[in-house]
Amino acid sequence: MALLEIRGLTKFFGGLRAVHNFTVSIEKGELVGLIGPNGAGKTTVFNMITGMLPPTSGSIVFEGRSLVGMPPYRILQAGIARTFQNIRLFGGTTVLNNVLTPLGYRIGYNLLDAAAQTPRYLQREDEARAYARELLETLGLGGRAEDLARNLPYGLQRRLEIARALASRPRLLLLDEPAAGMNPAEVAAMVELIRYIREKFDLTVFLIEHQMGMVMNLCPRILVMDFGEIIAEGSPAEIQSNERVLEAYLGRRGYAAAG
Amino acid sequence: MNATAPKRGLPPWLERYLILLVALGLYLVLRWLYAVGAVSAYWQRVLDQGLIMALGSLGLSLIYGFTGQFSIGHAGFYAIGAYVAGYLGRTYGHGNPGWFLLSLLAGALATAVVAFLIGLPILRLRSDYLGIATMGFGIIVKVLLDNADRVIPVLGGARGMLGTPQIANLTWIFWSLIIVLFLFRNLVCSAFGRACLAIREDEIAADAMGVNTTFYKTVAFVLGCAAVGLAGGLYAHRYPLLHPSSFDFLKSFDFLLIVVVGGLGSLSGTLAAAVGWVFLLEGLRSILGQAFLDFRGVVYALLLIVVVILRPQGLFSGRELGILVPRSLQSGWLRSGVGQAKPGGERAGGSA
Amino acid sequence: MIYFFEQFVNGIQLGFVYALIALGYTMVYGIIRLINFAHGDVFMVGAYLGFFGFARWHLPYPVAILVSMVACAALGVTIERVAYRPLRYAPRIAALISAIGVSFFLEYFCSLKFVFTPNYQVVPRALPLKNYSLGGVNIPNVTIIIVVVVLAMLALLQYIIYHTRIGKAMRAVSFDHDAARLMGINVDRTISITFAIGSALAAAGGVLYITAYPQVFPFMGILPGLKAFTAAVLGGIGIVPGAVLGALIMGQVDVMSAAYISSQLRDAIAFSILILVLLVRPTGLLGKRGPEKV
Repeated sequence: MALLEIRGLTKFFGGLRAVHNFTVSIEKGELVGLIGPNGAGKTTVFNMITGMLPPTSGSIVFEGRSLVGMPPYRILQAGIARTFQNIRLFGGTTVLNNVLTPLGYRIGYNLLDAAAQTPRYLQREDEARAYARELLETLGLGGRAEDLARNLPYGLQRRLEIARALASRPRLLLLDEPAAGMNPAEVAAMVELIRYIREKFDLTVFLIEHQMGMVMNLCPRILVMDFGEIIAEGSPAEIQSNERVLEAYLGRRGYAAAG
Repeated sequence: MNATAPKRGLPPWLERYLILLVALGLYLVLRWLYAVGAVSAYWQRVLDQGLIMALGSLGLSLIYGFTGQFSIGHAGFYAIGAYVAGYLGRTYGHGNPGWFLLSLLAGALATAVVAFLIGLPILRLRSDYLGIATMGFGIIVKVLLDNADRVIPVLGGARGMLGTPQIANLTWIFWSLIIVLFLFRNLVCSAFGRACLAIREDEIAADAMGVNTTFYKTVAFVLGCAAVGLAGGLYAHRYPLLHPSSFDFLKSFDFLLIVVVGGLGSLSGTLAAAVGWVFLLEGLRSILGQAFLDFRGVVYALLLIVVVILRPQGLFSGRELGILVPRSLQSGWLRSGVGQAKPGGERAGGSA
Repeated sequence: MIYFFEQFVNGIQLGFVYALIALGYTMVYGIIRLINFAHGDVFMVGAYLGFFGFARWHLPYPVAILVSMVACAALGVTIERVAYRPLRYAPRIAALISAIGVSFFLEYFCSLKFVFTPNYQVVPRALPLKNYSLGGVNIPNVTIIIVVVVLAMLALLQYIIYHTRIGKAMRAVSFDHDAARLMGINVDRTISITFAIGSALAAAGGVLYITAYPQVFPFMGILPGLKAFTAAVLGGIGIVPGAVLGALIMGQVDVMSAAYISSQLRDAIAFSILILVLLVRPTGLLGKRGPEKV
């Protein structure tokens, strides 16, 4: 059984068809890329998977459970975490707190424990903090644990977004343009990071990206969207020679001009 | 992780309860000062008022400073606590301390219940609309209180309610505040606090990160309102006349001012601002006399505008007194000194 | 039955006055997404200036209205410049808090002895009273004057918004600040003009209000302001026709609840409506819903 099974996912905003008949099967351990021109509907798909947007029709099944109708926090608890295209960190609180937040639901103590400072609270809180610090170390943010998230430089903020998503030990990680705004050196580092965390945390990764080099380099399997539909699916080599894909990116005339 | 020696030389368990010990010390000093007559009845009342306001403001701090819910009807909940506790104390209590405690708890509970019922529908609203809705609630409460004597005559309506036993003294007020402060501190420094901060910072991202936003917003709102309900109960037993005009929008504004000026996301800041504010007002009143009363509203307003433009996050935003939120909170309760050693003294980075 | 119609007429009168105030709320919200708490107090200042105008300075009635409108337009622009512009791109709450501050400031400043004093003052008749009768229903001339004046202003506003360049600029800025700026629109000036117009309308509302209900006091703006705000939300905040529709409804609600339920509870009823609208249909009667973009 595939880890994530999406069938016929469709989203209409009033009369506007943002996503149409999006169908994909992602197996455990895969690293799948989703590319397409701006406005193709990629983030809308992510928003539907994570429960932020209700689909107009279609199904989303994760580990055998339907996600449609589940609120976002439950979807996180079910094992899917995401990062955002425009970084949405908890800027006004510490880096450590950002990473501790997704641990909340499984931290193992309740409000009364916290209020009364029971041994269970003390123990579990310590464990959570230790885990969070370790995670930050792994991602190279260890020295910044007490800094305010908004004071981090851009590259580290992107990394913190990923760290935060990893904190809940998801099985599926959705990355929305993780390399946005990065120079080639940073992009290369991000590619390494993604490979590293995929292996270390045994993740399945589904990522949206605009940086072609990165996606072709990183993802063994790529889906291409345009105007809300999947227009191609395959390996990087297959995608690069696909006529429809080239047309979508270069336009009819551009493609013709390119020969 | 490298374990370094504890910075302060205090074992972590002591650090956790330090605030209670310091409070005890402070309390004993105050009692001694009262006993030797160093503090006049007038200033005793001012201190009591400051502590009551501090308790109420802690509630709003949890709701708005930490969880970002813009509630400006806080005085409505203050009123509910005051009138419920006051009514019970007056009708059944007759000055009995046991009954007094029960009335206080009943007042806080009643406030919590109302907060829960009101919160269910309105906490869904976006911040500016939530402000309007809570303001409307506060005004509705005041209007109902003005007309309350038609239903329960003893409540006095627009004439006010008399006869509540005046048995709230420094001991009751001080320790109510400290207990609530301690509880709030504990909650805020745990997963609960982190969830609230996440909601304040970005509710959508919080949701995506596994935070049940409805639950935490509701709990924060109910607890915060219960705190001000408790403050109201104490107020009712410290001031002989309960009048609806003490619970108008200006009062909600007071709480808001304290939380905003003191600093969002800072319990210490709220405390300092509350006590400082009351003393500042009394100080100005004794200097300026009648003129002060006239200018009070103008000064409040200008202060709020200036603060919100120049330093919108408030004076002590995110920062806490080391006594209240000690170092071990950052590294772990059971092991201290774990993680990055920081040079210099206490720097408790907020509600860690 | 006659009683009902006379209350209905009262409701129309009040509703039209509320419309003038509501327009200011809705225009400002439309252009900078701010609930201008201080708007009701601009109404109050306008009422006082009109009062001074025809009662103390013996200006002719229309001139008094104009003077008040111009002065309050200036007041509105100043408030925006000093208290809101610095916070324009800050979190929304900051500007809201500032607006609350400005509201309090105006109220308490005007309560000072050397300003308007905190007392209620009676406003002498601005116009000789004359009553008309329509099918047995008594209609005072004040009502007719209010309706006529407000309709004239609405027509003028409609013209400005839809047939002038500044109106087009206002609509553009309401839509998107940056895009408007890129089109060469001076966003700051457009916002100032919006405040000027909104405040002038509120001032006119103030003078008309005291013509019908001849009493002034520094806190007189609070309740009408909040009811007009409710009207704006009811009709659809940010939508001009919505403000008028909502105001007419609120006018009736206000008058009818005082007449048939209880005059003490009329304010509580008005707020309950506000809360209900926010919960059930926050975009208002004429509004459209819009989800947040992630």
